[in-house]
Amino acid sequence: MDKFSVFSSRLVEKSENFTSGHRACQGCAEALAVRHVMKALGRDTIVAMSTGCMEIISSPLPLTSWRVPWIHNAFENSAAVISGCESGIKAMMRKGKIPAKKINFVAMGGDGATADIGMGALSGALERGHNMVYVCYDNEAYMNTGIQRSSSTPYGASTTTSPAGKMSIGQRTQKKNMAQIAVAHNIPYVATACSSFPFDLMEKVKRAAETPGAAYVHVLSVCPTGWRIPTQDAIKYGRLAVDSCVFPLYEVIDGKYKLSYKPYKKLALTEYLKGQGRFRHLTDKEIELIQQRVDKDYERILRLSKEEE
Amino acid sequence: MAKPMEKITWQELEAGSVVTEIGNARVYETGSWRSERPVVEASQCIKCGVCWLFCPDSCIVKAADGHFEADLTYCKGCGICAKECPVGCITMIAEEE
Repeated sequence: MDKFSVFSSRLVEKSENFTSGHRACQGCAEALAVRHVMKALGRDTIVAMSTGCMEIISSPLPLTSWRVPWIHNAFENSAAVISGCESGIKAMMRKGKIPAKKINFVAMGGDGATADIGMGALSGALERGHNMVYVCYDNEAYMNTGIQRSSSTPYGASTTTSPAGKMSIGQRTQKKNMAQIAVAHNIPYVATACSSFPFDLMEKVKRAAETPGAAYVHVLSVCPTGWRIPTQDAIKYGRLAVDSCVFPLYEVIDGKYKLSYKPYKKLALTEYLKGQGRFRHLTDKEIELIQQRVDKDYERILRLSKEEE
Repeated sequence: MAKPMEKITWQELEAGSVVTEIGNARVYETGSWRSERPVVEASQCIKCGVCWLFCPDSCIVKAADGHFEADLTYCKGCGICAKECPVGCITMIAEEE
């Protein structure tokens, strides 16, 4: 913990490995998350990125926003590609073809690429235990193609393929808990983070990169376009998600749970839901149902993190 | 980039669509998207760097006397800096013709 901790903006790494000129929407907290992750990782990094918002906005053909080696893959196989990169470079170092040094191997994907389409390749890479980090930017729908539902979309959210109306309350299934699926692979490091808590996010990514073996970081990235909120509120809603315990920040190191941030005062779920266009149709009864679910999930995380102490 | 982006033809691209120049997206000026621009009241700025940390477009730069201001070449005018500034010294002003 003490090794990385920085709690002042002015002490944060100055170099930008994800440059300006990318074409993300105004107020994109996902682009902000990528910027923080790249600050934490530094130049000795190889990134494989699945199709999705971040791939589209950062690499329109003659241009690239990346200052590190970066490869674009299809939706499903960024985890498989980075496994190959890791194994290949390990073999080349062993044979003395390239000088041996520490290189971070990072696969990135959105929630669609991680929880829906790339699940198999990710599960395989985690199981084989490559020395890599998988970072999932979870904006809770396929925002790039126009806000279609994914398995990561929360219950009750209105998207273009789960629209709210007289006969529908929007998304009818619960959000897939990807971090828990990663924990179930018994990998050495799993963490959840949010770009509204940049110091915590950078620390977790650094720790994930230092951990030998596979690591998984799940980043909640607020999407003003898809969540239908004003662009300047992108950071605020990330904070509300954490403070209302919808998205608890925790890490799991070798199976041991550790809560990274406990809200001083747990906010009511309505604080988080109100103002978001995708939830505006919800009635009090439905909000009550979601609140029960959130409380149950949060209590479980609290229980798990206390048991270990 | 040696040539403006719109002048590059497909024959000039590298095989396999490899981009060999790092970070060359900086030639694309996203500032033209903006409808509001942030204006910093330099005398109130406490130089904390929160706006710099939260800018998704990494367009906040440190001015010579230590306060922070937006590089309007890339600023898309999202307003996050104005919202997150702890002393409220940034205001968003509508761009006019």
